[in-house]
Amino acid sequence: MALLDRHVGFLDALRGAGLPVSLAEGLDAARALTVLDLVDREALRAAYAATVVKRPSHRPPFDTLFDLWFPAAVGDGAAGPPPERPAKTAGPRQPDPLAEAMRERLFDLLLDGDEAGMRQLVREAVAAFGQSPSAARPAWSTYAVGSALDPRTLMAGLLRAVLEGQERGGLAERRARQMLEDRIADLNEMIVSETRRRVAEDKGTERVAKVAVRPPLENLDILRATKKDLAELRRAVHPLARRLATRLAIKHKAGRRGRLDFRRTVRASLSTGGVPVRTFHRPRRPHKPELVVLCDVSDSVSSFAHFTLLLAYALREQFTKVRVFAFIDNLDEVTKYFAPGVDVGDAMKTMTSEADLTWVSGRTNYGRAFELFAERYPDVVGPKTALLILGDARSNYGPLALSTLARVAGKARRAHWLNPEPARDWDTGDSASSTYDKVVPMAECRNLAQLGQFIEDLA
Amino acid sequence: MTSSLFASPEDVRERLAAGDYLADAHIATTVFLADALGKPLLVEGPAGVGKTELAKAVAAATGAGLVRLQCYEGLDEGRALYEWNYRKQLLRIQATPEGQDWNETHDDIFSDEFLLSRPLLTAIRRSEPTVLLIDEMDKTDVEVEGLLLEVLSDFQVTIPELGTVAAERKPFVLLTSNATRELSEALKRRCLYLYLDYPTPEREREIVVRQVPGINEALAEQLVRTVATLRALDLKKSPSIAETIDWARTLLALQADTLDEAAIARTLGVVLKHVSDHGRAAKELGLPDAELS
Repeated sequence: MALLDRHVGFLDALRGAGLPVSLAEGLDAARALTVLDLVDREALRAAYAATVVKRPSHRPPFDTLFDLWFPAAVGDGAAGPPPERPAKTAGPRQPDPLAEAMRERLFDLLLDGDEAGMRQLVREAVAAFGQSPSAARPAWSTYAVGSALDPRTLMAGLLRAVLEGQERGGLAERRARQMLEDRIADLNEMIVSETRRRVAEDKGTERVAKVAVRPPLENLDILRATKKDLAELRRAVHPLARRLATRLAIKHKAGRRGRLDFRRTVRASLSTGGVPVRTFHRPRRPHKPELVVLCDVSDSVSSFAHFTLLLAYALREQFTKVRVFAFIDNLDEVTKYFAPGVDVGDAMKTMTSEADLTWVSGRTNYGRAFELFAERYPDVVGPKTALLILGDARSNYGPLALSTLARVAGKARRAHWLNPEPARDWDTGDSASSTYDKVVPMAECRNLAQLGQFIEDLA
Repeated sequence: MTSSLFASPEDVRERLAAGDYLADAHIATTVFLADALGKPLLVEGPAGVGKTELAKAVAAATGAGLVRLQCYEGLDEGRALYEWNYRKQLLRIQATPEGQDWNETHDDIFSDEFLLSRPLLTAIRRSEPTVLLIDEMDKTDVEVEGLLLEVLSDFQVTIPELGTVAAERKPFVLLTSNATRELSEALKRRCLYLYLDYPTPEREREIVVRQVPGINEALAEQLVRTVATLRALDLKKSPSIAETIDWARTLLALQADTLDEAAIARTLGVVLKHVSDHGRAAKELGLPDAELS
């Protein structure tokens, strides 16, 4: 494939993965290729990254696609054909001598942090072990490579080698462990991308690209996030909150300017001979609503609740008062667990262990939660309050307490319901989404992008 | 109209290193491209990873003059681009000799003499090589972005009374942002983009050794590994490069030659600036608690 075709195909794949690459940016990329020495693959990557990736969250899908479109090697690469392996004989526990040799090399490479060496080793390892021989058609698998190299089992030896007789268990070990874990994570990343490259050679780049690319973080479905995604999402909450807070503050200020500050205007006019060239205004009083959050923390939506609570708390300064109530089939105020300065991860943990959230069944009961809220906290919702309900509206066929909810929502300045389920699943099974939607307007909120948009509209 | 500042990415790297800025291959290539294509470079990343320093280093490495526009909320045209000097104009009108024609006065008071040139116009009018640093772009209001579009895409400024001022020599433009607000697509499209993240421990060690003369290699190694461990924790604010360097200086001043639990507990305030972060770090690293509570 000529370079131009590659270029066009690559841009097309980026767009397919949700990166907004404009025509002008594509041209910039092409222009960048003309001034660079294209022998260097990393320079090529940098050139594309600088011209078409304009958001950090778009970087991981970009890297995946780049490795597919501009592979580091073809076939077995410079390593040559894989060495002949002796046919596997009796006993699956029999260590493979080739794998053992590679593990020994890997040990040294991990110890030195030699990235180029690791890359080379991974290429050989994938060539040797990546193809599962049992399948009718050759299929590449990261699992086979991972279990042949099995870097985790090298950890103990590596730690011993790094620490060299220093005492175990202390800070030194912690540091060494972090370093080695980072390197092993890099190694795993290399195995995945190398395997993907081999698959792409067999099946065609486009097809692999479609399945390999994960959506950027802000479009990730929160309910389906893996553990690793959750950690990343949590890290994204603070910057998101900061961004929202600034934007909200700017929005408040952008409205009409405050009253004329007569004194300052006259004072300033003295330097222009009494002509008030520039007027001064008093700052407007910021409008700060109160926020009351009712949050379903049952298992089905817990990861979602987690984020929304984090965000609500991160946005504290935008609201004069934030009060949070959590419920499953009992309701309790959990505001105190989120005092300023408290570590949010810990707060979530203490909340789930200490707050009184379950009553009989431990299954979500929206009706009972709303009744309890209206009964125990009748004064919390007032005309300055924004009421926010978080949950999937799945009440296990229990009571809905629509009239109570309508009364509470009627008192609030505004009320919203955020539902983490995709809108097409609403009203399936025990979901009472559209019934509740008539009382409190419900919005689909499945990812950070939607959540951010909602908060911006709210304040 | 342009003459490139750099010959190749390798050249960028060497010359920045001579000014004590250690660029990795990615940074060097991107800077080279921004210069070669004559496009502004938008640099984003967490606070304290050397975004502003990069601009200063480029200016120092090429001997170009640095013009800096510090952005803040409420920055307007008059502060960013140019402004007429009202006071001087008024004086001039009041001092007009009897009988002078109004048209003459008019032409006179809208001339170069009465123009207060602000950073953007200054950068465009300079005939020497120039690095224009637009710092903390995200702090400004959205309108300022619109103002920048003309400057950044055509390198010209239109002053209604004087006409269009085009750049004699395209400045090397570098914008920084902490991403407290998403910049507009229009602006991003006109710029090359560089995301500066926390460096790898290897690169950070080089930076520390370079910036803090007198520190021994072993301590620097321990230091950057500890910082990497801290960054892996779920902290409110991860330590930046600037803070790592401060930490190194602190340790040097205290004449500590090894970074053990006690030394960390004593000096943790240099890198972590939230109480909850302190608590978390103490718990995860197993520091003696007495110093912190």
